[in-house]
Amino acid sequence: MMQLRCPCCGPRDESEFVCGGTTHVPRPDLNSSDVSWGEYLFFRDNPKGVHLERWRHTYGCGSWFNIARHTVTHEVLAVYGMSEPPPAQMLNGVP
Amino acid sequence: MRYSALALLRGALAAHRNWTPAWRSPEPRAAYDIVIVGGGGHGLAAAYYLARNHGIRNVAVLERGWLGGGNTGRNTTVVRSNYLYPESARLYDFALKLYEGLSRELNFNLMLSQRGHVMLAHSRHDLESLARWANAMHMHGIEAELLTRAQVGELVPALDLSPQARYPVLGGFMQRRAGTARHDAVAWGYARAADALGVDIIQNCEVTGFVKAANGAVLGIDTSRGRIHATRVGIAVAGHSSVLARLAGFRLPVTSYALQAMVTEPLKPRLDKVVISPGTGAYVSQSDKGEMVIGGSLDLFPSYAQRGSFAVLQSVVAATLAIFPSFSRLRLMRHWAGIVDVVHDSSPIIGPTPVPELYINCGWGTGGFKAIPAGGWLLAHVLATGRNHELAEPFQLERFTTGRLIDEAAASGIAH
Repeated sequence: MMQLRCPCCGPRDESEFVCGGTTHVPRPDLNSSDVSWGEYLFFRDNPKGVHLERWRHTYGCGSWFNIARHTVTHEVLAVYGMSEPPPAQMLNGVP
Repeated sequence: MRYSALALLRGALAAHRNWTPAWRSPEPRAAYDIVIVGGGGHGLAAAYYLARNHGIRNVAVLERGWLGGGNTGRNTTVVRSNYLYPESARLYDFALKLYEGLSRELNFNLMLSQRGHVMLAHSRHDLESLARWANAMHMHGIEAELLTRAQVGELVPALDLSPQARYPVLGGFMQRRAGTARHDAVAWGYARAADALGVDIIQNCEVTGFVKAANGAVLGIDTSRGRIHATRVGIAVAGHSSVLARLAGFRLPVTSYALQAMVTEPLKPRLDKVVISPGTGAYVSQSDKGEMVIGGSLDLFPSYAQRGSFAVLQSVVAATLAIFPSFSRLRLMRHWAGIVDVVHDSSPIIGPTPVPELYINCGWGTGGFKAIPAGGWLLAHVLATGRNHELAEPFQLERFTTGRLIDEAAASGIAH
């Protein structure tokens, strides 16, 4: 079972969390074209490598947080706050 | 070599030394008319239909690993066409109809077993949803039968229908033509038939980049076995679609997840239907070897790991035992996961990409196996003609801009 370290509660089993998908997806202007709105809603890098993603400790404290996780090894490389930028050298898609 | 009972007898008399490899393993040539990336069911079927339907035989299929080693060999072998919307119903029933004639056509026993697929209703809401679903299927001209609780009990006596059952079964619905097919045989059958028509099947050949012209059109592929030129390229790599798209310079509305499944030790015939219980989160069938084949939900976070998480395995087993308590003493023999390409509306993408002369077949998510003949047929059509087949027309990338999604989240099973 994968474990995640909730910034509030510490390490917990993955079954307490819900993955909210890719994080740092900029929301386009409301006057944007259908193409850029579709990109925002649906299109993702979906990297085989480091993925910056948001999780919620749904069955715990309920807080949202960001992590950098490798999508092949599932290793969690960084945990950081929702409003923080990703740590340096953690870029989406690095194998 | 044609496979038949007579050939088997002849083989037996010759101590089985007369069998030849089912397909060649040629060195890649410098150029082909069409190259298909991905030697799973969809890619091999596309190569076969390019040769058979369109007479295009100067074709190569490139596979990074071995044939059918991805999701074609990692599913639960279920074939069905019980979808809600007309576009999907047409598409998946086309696939099922092709499956019905495929063993004969490919001269390869796919062990298609149209044993019937029973979906359980555990609440009044479920019953109403299933009635709507069955009616929709009738409107599309696909048979479906609503079942009472008693009928479900007759069809699936192993189910717990006792008063103390944790999840009472109130009824269900069945597609009789649905069932299972031997998954490896689908890949091998298409590979052998495509090879016989002149298609080169090249395994252990990984794509490392795309060669493009000044106008951006694809001219060929760089691979671990050298550069291969092609007039057109098709991609059919399921969970790795985003990886290939990235190499070609575009993005897809796809997220890759692990979908796990498992088999128990073999036992005597106990279950001769495919049973799915969306309410509890499991589906079960019994293989011809006697193993219970069990599947359930996705591991709901992005993954390329081809192995499942214990948390989901536990919930799928718990769901299975809630409806089949008599399976509780069976040991699990094998457990695996495939990387599935999930799209927001759980419907596929078959057609052109933003890169000229590059076409894609992806987005089948958790339900690609049942669609292999159709996916191959439609990818072959667009590769050969440059135009979408009418069945593929609704399943284009543009729908994520226009908003014309075909939301099959329910029909695609319990995984989404």
